[in-house]
Amino acid sequence: MILDGKCPTGPIETSWDRHRFDTKLVNPANKRKYKVLVVGTGLAGGAAAAPLGELGYNVEAFCYQDSARRAHSIAAQGGINAAKAYPNDGDSIYRLFYDTIKGGDFRAREADVWRLSQVSNNIIDQCVAQGVPFARDYAGYLDNRSFGGAQVSRTFYARGQTGQQLLLGAYSALSRQVKAGTVKLFVRREMLDLVVVDGVARGITCRNLCTGEIETYWGDAVVLATGGYVNVFYLSTNAMGCSVTATWKAAKKGAYFANPCYTQIHPTCIPQTGEHQSKLTLMSESLRNDGRCWVPKKKEDCEKPAGQIAEEDRDYYLERKYPSFGNLAPRDIASRAAKEQCDDERGVGPGKRGVYLDFKDSINRLGQATIAERYGNLFEMYEKITDENGYKQPMRIYPAPHYSMGGLWVDYNCMSNVPGLFVLGEANFSVHGANRLGASALMQGLADGYFVIPYTVGGYLATVKPGQVKTDHAEFKKSVEDVNADIKKLLSINGKKTPSELHRELGKVMWNNVGMARSKESLTEALKLIPKIREEFWNNVKVTGVGEEFNQQLENAGRLADFLEFGELLAKDALNREESCGGHFRTEHQYDDGEAKRDDENFCYAAAWEFKGAGKEPELHKEPLKFDNVHLAVRSYK
Amino acid sequence: MKLKLHVWRQKGPNAPGKLETYEANHVSPDQSFLEMLDEVNEVLVKEGKDPIAFDHDCREGICGMCSQIINGMAHGGQDRTTVCQLHMRSFKDGDEIFIEPWKAKAFPIIKDLAVDRGNYDRIIQAGGYTSCHTGGVADGNALLIGKEIADYSMDAAECIGCGACAASCPNSSAMLFASNKVAQLAVLPQGQVEAKRRVVAMLDEATACGFGNCTNHYECQAACPKGINVKFIAKLNREYLKALLP
Ligand SMILES: Cc1cc2nc3c(=O)[nH]c(=O)nc-3n(C[C@H](O)[C@H](O)[C@H](O)COP(=O)(O)OP(=O)(O)OC[C@H]3O[C@@H](n4cnc5c(N)ncnc54)[C@H](O)[C@@H]3O)c2cc1C
Ligand code: SF4
Ligand code: FES
Repeated sequence: MILDGKCPTGPIETSWDRHRFDTKLVNPANKRKYKVLVVGTGLAGGAAAAPLGELGYNVEAFCYQDSARRAHSIAAQGGINAAKAYPNDGDSIYRLFYDTIKGGDFRAREADVWRLSQVSNNIIDQCVAQGVPFARDYAGYLDNRSFGGAQVSRTFYARGQTGQQLLLGAYSALSRQVKAGTVKLFVRREMLDLVVVDGVARGITCRNLCTGEIETYWGDAVVLATGGYVNVFYLSTNAMGCSVTATWKAAKKGAYFANPCYTQIHPTCIPQTGEHQSKLTLMSESLRNDGRCWVPKKKEDCEKPAGQIAEEDRDYYLERKYPSFGNLAPRDIASRAAKEQCDDERGVGPGKRGVYLDFKDSINRLGQATIAERYGNLFEMYEKITDENGYKQPMRIYPAPHYSMGGLWVDYNCMSNVPGLFVLGEANFSVHGANRLGASALMQGLADGYFVIPYTVGGYLATVKPGQVKTDHAEFKKSVEDVNADIKKLLSINGKKTPSELHRELGKVMWNNVGMARSKESLTEALKLIPKIREEFWNNVKVTGVGEEFNQQLENAGRLADFLEFGELLAKDALNREESCGGHFRTEHQYDDGEAKRDDENFCYAAAWEFKGAGKEPELHKEPLKFDNVHLAVRSYK
Repeated sequence: MKLKLHVWRQKGPNAPGKLETYEANHVSPDQSFLEMLDEVNEVLVKEGKDPIAFDHDCREGICGMCSQIINGMAHGGQDRTTVCQLHMRSFKDGDEIFIEPWKAKAFPIIKDLAVDRGNYDRIIQAGGYTSCHTGGVADGNALLIGKEIADYSMDAAECIGCGACAASCPNSSAMLFASNKVAQLAVLPQGQVEAKRRVVAMLDEATACGFGNCTNHYECQAACPKGINVKFIAKLNREYLKALLP
C-alpha cells in the first residue's frame, strides 16, 4: 500500500496556518464530554496533556515512574533549538527547516519539518512564561550556543540541564491542570496493551506497578508519547525503564512502525568500563563547541598519557576531515569518524575504544572559570564516573546508542494509521528523517505537545461522538485476559537466565551487527541470532515472585520480550534499506572517502511496517517523500 | 572486593520490615552502587529468592528516582551525589554497608527500598507554577531578566525532587523542596504576580501531607545531592511574611 501523510498542499510557508484554519473545532461546552488518554509525561506527553486540560478536555495521563517529573526528557543536557535569530547571524525559519531536512539526510517530510521550525519560536516564549530559567546575558537577554549540524547559534539552554528545566516547566503546567481537575495522573502504571474496537483506538490496558493489578482505561482518543527504543541495544544513554513496549503493543494492534532502522549513535558518551555496566552516560554535544576531538597519529602513542603526546603527533580528525564544520559535524558523521579511528587501532583508554575530547585550548583561551560555567556539571559527572579530571587531562569519549528517529508512523496530524491513536515526541517517526540534529528532540516534543496536538486531536474529536465505547466492552475484557496470560507465562517458565543476562545478549547482537556499520552479512546474521535469543527467552528465562506485587524483574522481562520481537523488525528494515543515509550506514553503500551513499531513486520513502502476527513476515508500506522546497543533494559538511 | 550488606526488606506497605544480610563478592571499584545491587539481585534471582526492590531510572543523577539511605546518610552522604552516581571506589574491601529506604511518615514504603513520594507532587500541584495558558504569551525577550537573577533562579531550580531533604530532616520537613520552587519563581517577573498565593498554598499543602516544620537543623542541605542551599528557606520565610502582610 502507498501511504499518504495527508500534508497540506500549496506554499509551505502558509501550510500550517491554512491547515489550522481547515481543522474542525469542538465547541467549548462540549470539550469536557471527551476523554483523552495521554500515555507518557515527558516533554511530548506532559506538553500535550497540559494544554488539552486547559482547553477543557478530560485528560488522563500515565507514566511508569513514580512522578510525571521523572520522564527521561529530564536527562537532556545541551539545549533546545529555535529560529529566533536573536544573535542576528542569519538564522530564519527557512534555515532551521533546511538544516533539519539536510541533517536528516533528506528522509523526513517537508511539511512536518516546516511546522516544527515555525512553532519553535513559540516554544521559547512559552517556557519563559512558565519560569524556565534559561541562560541570560548580562543585559538580561536570552543567550544562545551552537550545536552540531548548524552554522548559526540557535540553541537555548539552562546550564547543562535544559531538558530538566523544560520538563519541569511542562510538569508545572500539568500540575496546574491536576489542581484544576482537568487532568488525572496515574503514575507507576505501565501500558501493556492498546485497545482497538472496530479499527479505532478506544483505550489502554495497564499494569499498576505497585499492586500488580491489571487496569483498563477508555478514551475518545489515545495519545502515545512514550519515548524511544534504543534500549534494544541494552547499553544506551536512555534510562533503565525506557522501552519499546507501548509503541510495540500498538504496532501489534495494527499501528505501522516506520523506519525502525534509523537509530542515532551519539558521539560523545563516556566509554564502557566493564561487563557490569548497566547504562552509558552521555556528555552533551555542546561540549564540542569548546572541546576538540583527537587521537594519536601513531599507534605506538596510544598507551601514553595524553599529555606526553606532542601537538604534531595528534590527529584532530574531525577538523581534518570536515574543515568547515570541524568538531561540530553532525552526530552520525562524528560517531562514524570516531569508530574509524578506533578501527584503525588509534583509539585510547581501556580496550582502545575511545577518543579524546580536549579542552586545553579553550581553557587557555577563555580560562577554566568560563569553561566551568558552561559545562561545570558535565565535568563533575565525568569525574564521578571515571575518576578523572577533565580540566587537567582530555576526556575520553566513545559513541553510544542514544536516540530513535524511527517510531510509529503518523500523518501530518500526528495520528497513526489507527484512527484515534496519536503519537508524539520520540515515539513517532516524523521530523528527523534518518538523523536527528542536536537540540531538536526537545523542540519536537514541545512542538508536538504544546502546539500541534491541541489542534489535531480536536479536529479528530470533532468527528466522533464522545464516550461511545467504555471499559465494559468485550475488547477491554479480552485485552485484560491477554495481558494476564502473558504475565502468567513469563512467571511460569522458571528457567536459568535472568532477564538482564538475556537483554545483554540481545544488546551485543544488535550493537555488533546492527550498530554503527551494517552490512548484508551482519544483518543476516542478526536475523538468525535474534530469534534464537527470543526462543531461549521463552524457554529459559527466570522471573521471580508473583504478578500481584511490586515486581521489577517481571517489568524487565516484559520489556525484553518486546525488544526481542522489535529487534528483529529493526534488523529487517536495515536489511531492506539498501542505501546509507544518516544514522543508517550500510558498508556496501559508501563513497570512496567513506561517506554515506544515498539512493534517492529507490529509497526516497518512509518504510512503514505492518505487523502480521508472531513469526509472520511483516508487510512493508511505503510513503514516498517529495521535496518541493529543498533540493535533494549529497549531504556535505566538508 | 567483598562487601557485607545489611538491607531493609519489607514485603509491602503494611508488612513488618527488617534488615537482612547479603554478601557481594565480586565488586569492582568502577561499578556504580546500583550496579553492585544489580549483581546481588542477579544472584538472588538465580537462587529463586526475592530480589531487593529499589527505585532507579536515569542512573545519571537527574531523574530523582533513586532513594536510599546508606550507612545512615541519604544518597550515601557524598557531596552533590545521588545513589546512582555513587561509585564503589569510595568503599573498600570488607566494608559493611547498611542500606535503608527514605524514612519519613509522608513517604510510605511500597516495598523494600521503594517509597511513595506522591506528596512532593501534591506540594507542586498546590501552586508550584505560573498560571500561564499555552499560547498567547509574550516574546521571550520582552521582559529582561538580569543574569544574576536568572542564575539565582536556576540555582534553586536544580532540585530533582528526590526527597532526601525530608528523609534526612528530624522533623521530616519538606521545606528545602518547597522553598526552591518558591524562590525560583519569586525572583522572576513571570512568577511575581502569584508569589503570595503560591507560597501560602504550597506550605499549607506540605502541612496537610504530614511534613513537619523547619527548625534549622540544615540536615536537608547536607543531604541534598544537588547542593540546594538553605538560603532558599530564608527566602521562603520572607516571601511567606510578605504574603501575610496586608
Ligand atoms: C542523555 C540524553 C540527553 C539528551 N539531550 C538532548 C538535548 O540536549 N537536546 C535535545 O533536543 N534532545 C536531547 N535528547 C533527546 C530528548 O531528550 C528526547 O528525545 C526527548 O526528551 C524525548 O521526549 P519524549 O517526551 O518523547 O519521551 P520521554 O521523555 O522518554 O518520556 C516518555 C514517557 O513515557 C512514559 N512511558 C514509556 N513507556 C510507557 C509505558 N509502557 N506505559 C506507561 N508510560 C510509559 C514514561 O514514563 C515517560 O513519562 C537527549 C536524550 C538523552 C537520553
Ligand atoms: S531539595 Fe535536594 S534533597 Fe530535596 S528533593 Fe530537591 S534535590 Fe532532593
Ligand atoms: S536514578 Fe535517576 S537520579 Fe538516580
